Amino acid sequence: MGFLDINNVTKSYGAVEVLHKVDIQVEEGEFLVLVGPSGCGKSTLLNMIAGLEGISSGEIAIKDRVVNNVTPSKRNIAMVFQSYALYPNMTVGQNITFGLEMQGTPKAERDKAMAEVASLLQIENLLARKPGQLSGGQRQRVAMGRALVRDPDVFLFDEPLSNLDAKLRVDMRTEIKKLHQKLGTTIVYVTHDQIEAMTLSTRIAVMYDGYVQQLGTPKEIYDTPANIFVATFMGSPAMNVLPAKLVEMNGAIHAEVGSGDGEKHLRIENAPEAYRSYIGKSVMLGIRPEAITDPEGADRNSRNIQALTNMVGVTEPAGADTFVTMELAGKDCVARMRADAEAHPGQPFEFAVNMDKAVLFDPQTEERIA
Amino acid sequence: MAVASSDTAIRSSNVTRTFIYLFLLLFALFYLMPLVIMVLNSLKPLSEITSGGMIAMPREWTIEPWLSAWSTAQIGVEPTGLRPYFINSIAMAVPAVAISTVAGALNGYVLTKWHFRGATWIFGLLLFSCFIPFQIVLIPMARILGLLEIAGTTYGLILVHVVYGIGFSTLYFRNYYAAFPTELVRAAQIDGAGFFQIFWRIMLPSSGPIIAVCCIWQFTNIWNDFLFGASFASGDAAPMTVALNNLVNSSTGERPYNVHFAGAIMAAGPTLLVYIVAGRYFVRGLMAGSVKG
Amino acid sequence: MAATDPMLDSGADFRTRLQAWLPKIVLAPSFAVMVIFVYGFIAFTLYLSFTDSRMLPSYDLVGWQNYERLFRVRQWDTAIINLGIFAGLYIVISTIIGLFLAIFLDQKIRGEGFLRPIFLYPMALSFIVTGTAWKWILDPAIGLEVTMHRWGWESFQFDWIKDSDMAIYTIVIAAVWQSSGFVMAMFLAGLRGIDNEILKAAQMDGASNFQMYRRIILPQLRPAFLSAFVILSHLAIKSYDLVVAMTDGGPGTSTWLPALFMYEYTFTRNQMGIGASSAVIMLMTIAAIMVPYLYAELKEQK
Repeated sequence: MGFLDINNVTKSYGAVEVLHKVDIQVEEGEFLVLVGPSGCGKSTLLNMIAGLEGISSGEIAIKDRVVNNVTPSKRNIAMVFQSYALYPNMTVGQNITFGLEMQGTPKAERDKAMAEVASLLQIENLLARKPGQLSGGQRQRVAMGRALVRDPDVFLFDEPLSNLDAKLRVDMRTEIKKLHQKLGTTIVYVTHDQIEAMTLSTRIAVMYDGYVQQLGTPKEIYDTPANIFVATFMGSPAMNVLPAKLVEMNGAIHAEVGSGDGEKHLRIENAPEAYRSYIGKSVMLGIRPEAITDPEGADRNSRNIQALTNMVGVTEPAGADTFVTMELAGKDCVARMRADAEAHPGQPFEFAVNMDKAVLFDPQTEERIA
Repeated sequence: MAVASSDTAIRSSNVTRTFIYLFLLLFALFYLMPLVIMVLNSLKPLSEITSGGMIAMPREWTIEPWLSAWSTAQIGVEPTGLRPYFINSIAMAVPAVAISTVAGALNGYVLTKWHFRGATWIFGLLLFSCFIPFQIVLIPMARILGLLEIAGTTYGLILVHVVYGIGFSTLYFRNYYAAFPTELVRAAQIDGAGFFQIFWRIMLPSSGPIIAVCCIWQFTNIWNDFLFGASFASGDAAPMTVALNNLVNSSTGERPYNVHFAGAIMAAGPTLLVYIVAGRYFVRGLMAGSVKG
Repeated sequence: MAATDPMLDSGADFRTRLQAWLPKIVLAPSFAVMVIFVYGFIAFTLYLSFTDSRMLPSYDLVGWQNYERLFRVRQWDTAIINLGIFAGLYIVISTIIGLFLAIFLDQKIRGEGFLRPIFLYPMALSFIVTGTAWKWILDPAIGLEVTMHRWGWESFQFDWIKDSDMAIYTIVIAAVWQSSGFVMAMFLAGLRGIDNEILKAAQMDGASNFQMYRRIILPQLRPAFLSAFVILSHLAIKSYDLVVAMTDGGPGTSTWLPALFMYEYTFTRNQMGIGASSAVIMLMTIAAIMVPYLYAELKEQK
């Protein structure tokens, strides 16, 4: 049993099931991120943990106590909302202590708790203001203060950074991570932003269509995605997924990309046993953009860099890197170059493909072959 | 203010603009004329009106018609003036406005923030009830008021106006609360606030404008009602509108037109005052009752 | 989205379950009131319309007899024809005046803040007040006609209110006076909601002011036209106070409208069955207009 147990939880509205048998165990001190596109069920799941939505079947337990029938306020959780949900008619101080007031905590204690939280978040000078007078970042801090002051077992974050501008978002992201490291609290965090998911989490649950597609550490999710959805959802630019065929040449397994004149062969080393049964069949070949580079920029630790000459389509300099689009197997394929790589539109270029990082998917099930 | 902004896309010549101003001023006169005539004629002796001087300034100013309309004019058979009926209308409108507004606020809160199956149906039925012709309920209502023994009393009218005012007040609060962030309610739930605490501490403090809109609309409607007043309270308990109609139609001897006009202004006074003081909210209420809020 | 949809089983404690039931408990009185006083009463009146009720309700069913008699009664014909004239003119004239006032007010008019409340204040008045004012203004013995005579226009004649063929038109005048400002406000809100960039684009395309209004702006005011039509037509069908105050249905029965008919037959002539059937027809007419409109609005909001 974990600290927060989500056991076979489903959610239906009438006859429509929107969450299917979700099963996640969260350990104490973990930072779990639920990530997925809108409508995938991540917010519904969070609301069910909070007690704001009912549970159709299954169980949710916090510290071994089943909370299905417990009201939100009695679950010892705190939540930070997307819109911050600060009470507009109360001052910052009143906002932070409203929950304690509702629980009947004496005023002296409330003030003490408020002072601690305010100093932790450096918002002492804002306590007398109304939310309407605060900037986005300040509101964000107050919302976190309101959650912190309750000293809950589990913190729930519902897309807390999506209303901030790009720069502030990065700052607050770091801030949240620092806070987690300092306080060691258990956090469940919902976002649609895969970068937030990667940077903040200790574990990620990628959700789509009411199913948890994959649950794992950020590295597992990134390097060994369970299926094509996870592969393309996580990472930016998205992973290139190309139709290919597995062939055996010179005793080694190769991925054959394209056909006729444009046919390319990419050797796969240390192929898992499962690949053998796909020889002669079509597969989907997944390669992340950073695994296709200019030869000088290739990963020196890789033992399997394959050269691939192809026509350069479009180049997009992005400062630190230059993204190059080329056509491969009838699809646009993005490569990530060093900024000064000499790739020019309409001219051939020798790409270096790090096949150590390549993954294969079954074209029918879209699951990773391993 | 898209079109009227400084970079408006529509330009017109001076001739057209002159025409537009003339048109608007003409209509302003058209709308003001009856009110001006009422005021002027309530301040002149009857003889000036009957001799064909209705559309003219008073040659002799007098407040006699006002005094008469207020305290001595013949209403039906009794020479009581309009004063007791004015008080009836106040005694009817104030509680009816208060009760229907409170009920509407709670209904709107429940319908938007505590959604349950069938809520849209209930709201749809409430909404339609705002627009029914009240003739359809007159007969059974008369029976019920009789059974409750409040027929012909102000209490009866309060009941009627509350019952048929709830639809509109619910409409106002529902549309207003629909735009009120549900996350605030959720945050308060997590903070441990109960159903009424959320309403009282979170919703109500932000409801000032819609309370004003709703009270003004209900007050205007209830004060101006004639059908229910005439049907259920046509005696001593009659409201101002019914009394005014009785005053105008009391046909003993020469018609005191100047008193009629003074009475009409008295009947119009409270709603007109509300309009002047809080016209913005009145217009909002009108619009919310027609187009969606 | 719901704030909560408690799916509690028997495991929840009493307080938790009470909280879950509170919203329904709070809504219940209003719901009960609506079911009884609106829909119950409608059902009751509908039932009465099939009985031989006279002065008091009777529960003996007589089938469609009341409706058959209703449509043979001359005053009902008058009321229906009057409603047609009244509603038609009232809706069309109010819409035209309201539209032009709105368009003109929208031309960056100096003093808009002064003019607009003047156009709109009649909506705040009781129909009884409006009726009283117009009744005497239009009275040929003391009002407009005699004033014109005194000002030297001897041949001026305006005695419609005393003329049984024309009296219904005087009610149109007063009703338009009362409501056209409201229509103006609806159209003005619609005009202010139009994106100015669309108008600039149209101007780039070479549209004249007239073309701009006809081809770009008026089509975008469709919702306002629809709302105006629905609101005005339901007000027209319900019209009662104004007629009572201005003409009391006269001269004779020449300005009866269905609402007057219902009242007269039910409470004065003791023909409750016929009165009830006329009320049912009024309700049906309004429902035919309001139900599709409200249904569409509710659907859109979801």
